[in-house]
Amino acid sequence: MTGAEILAPDPITDSGHATAATTTGPNTVTGPNAVTVRGLTRAFDGRVVIDGLDLTIAPGEFVALLGHSGCGKSTLLRVLSGLDTEISGEVTVPRKRAVAFQAPRLLPWKRVWRNVVLGLPGRPDRALATRYLDEVGIAARAGDWPKTLSGGEAQRVALARALVREPALLLLDEPFGALDALTRVKAQQLVADLWQRHGCAVLLVTHDVEEAVRLADRVLVMRDGKIAHASPVDLPRPRDITDPRFVRLRARLLAELGVETGH
Amino acid sequence: MTAAPPGMAELEAATAAPTPVPTPVPAVGDLVTIRPARRRSGLSVPRPARRALGPLLVLLGWYLAGATGVLSANTLASPADVLKQGWELVRKGQLPSAISASGQRVVIGFAIGAVIAVTLALVAGLFRLGEDLVDATVGMVRTIPWVGLIPLFIIWFGIDEAPKIALVALGVAIPLYFNLYGGIRSVDPQLVEAGSTLGLNRWGLVRHVILPGALPGAMVGLRYALGSAWLALVFGEQINATNGIGYLMNNAEEFFQTDVIVVCLVTYAVLGLLCDLVVRVLSSRVLAWRPSFEGA
Repeated sequence: MTGAEILAPDPITDSGHATAATTTGPNTVTGPNAVTVRGLTRAFDGRVVIDGLDLTIAPGEFVALLGHSGCGKSTLLRVLSGLDTEISGEVTVPRKRAVAFQAPRLLPWKRVWRNVVLGLPGRPDRALATRYLDEVGIAARAGDWPKTLSGGEAQRVALARALVREPALLLLDEPFGALDALTRVKAQQLVADLWQRHGCAVLLVTHDVEEAVRLADRVLVMRDGKIAHASPVDLPRPRDITDPRFVRLRARLLAELGVETGH
Repeated sequence: MTAAPPGMAELEAATAAPTPVPTPVPAVGDLVTIRPARRRSGLSVPRPARRALGPLLVLLGWYLAGATGVLSANTLASPADVLKQGWELVRKGQLPSAISASGQRVVIGFAIGAVIAVTLALVAGLFRLGEDLVDATVGMVRTIPWVGLIPLFIIWFGIDEAPKIALVALGVAIPLYFNLYGGIRSVDPQLVEAGSTLGLNRWGLVRHVILPGALPGAMVGLRYALGSAWLALVFGEQINATNGIGYLMNNAEEFFQTDVIVVCLVTYAVLGLLCDLVVRVLSSRVLAWRPSFEGA
């Protein structure tokens, strides 16, 4: 991991605390945590959305964050991405981090490959962009305008754009939420593969319990501005959604979210 | 679809009814047949030709009114006289030199107006302080009908080229400023956010996200500005012009040469159309990325 960045108005760094990741994934290495959040609070006009939240994510760990809409999970992701700094508490994240949003947010006036390498230092490098586009299976569209892409294709370009930065932390904000069911399953599989290959820590914000259990090392449920529940997922990958343990965990998490399934 | 006669269909529905279903199936009622749309007959006139018909009829009426003496040449010269006069003005070099003089005013005025508008729009669009200082001021100036500034412009700039160019510059600056400023302000904040997570600094955001995002607005502004430039020129050339299209028109007015006046009006229209065409072609090149763009 290259340098960490502290996102807080008045940071208190405590370099001694480099442990406490609950469950570790296959890519986990020892060292400082990828994400350390202590006592994070974020209020919008007095309405507290994140209330003294604590969270650690180990390097290479895949964490899924579940919660009802409006529970503050997207706000947490925006804080970790550095977009929201109206916070109190301590937040430490890697300097090398990347975000994929629910909408692909490609710049419509830049060709696909230029979108991928936008913001990287130096001259735009088409070969580099093509390599990462190839990794998400869309290298043939490198020279096209974003308007010609389907929703799934655009989302894959957004993933390539995140990965080209070789992030130590990848933040995914419901990146499959707007995709149709078939495209979503393929995109989830792609994210699983990319994560295995790149070994970055991932925080996936989602409201899809099945998606969370399929992908994550650890599933968190956010409620009332805090992490209300954490479940490690120690099922072998690739995960079988018909595995009874998968089904049980899914039901358990749904119950945490207030949905009874009868299992 | 081959449609059974309605009676048959009703009969079938009736015979199908006694199947053992838990809830009664509602009756189908009257049936209608969806027929394919009738083909247009092969004799129809192509659309462009039909659209040209209206203006051609007006021209014909105008010509007939002139030829029969209903419309005197002192009121409005007939189209034939206008054509003849137009050719005469071109042959004697009066029209080309007038176009050149007027064109020069438009080009210089446009350049000055565009520089002012772009500078102000960038200052107001990119800086909070600039917005507070500039936008209200330009908004105030806009409420003045700019043609009403002619007397002041004559006092300030005299009666030579300066007031004409100033008027064109003002006519250009106001629509261009508002559209460009609006374009900058309407750039999708989600894209700006995405840009900043990609590591773009402030200048990078301006260059890669904000300015290209403002381009559609800028192109609309450019079209308005060019239209407005020619309008400003018409007014400006009423001020003691010694050359240009407006001068030609003023002279013609003194001698009741309605044919020359019409030639000048047509010239203004054609030049305006040409400018519009240039902007359309330019738009189709620089806005090719737009999902909604349908071509020039």
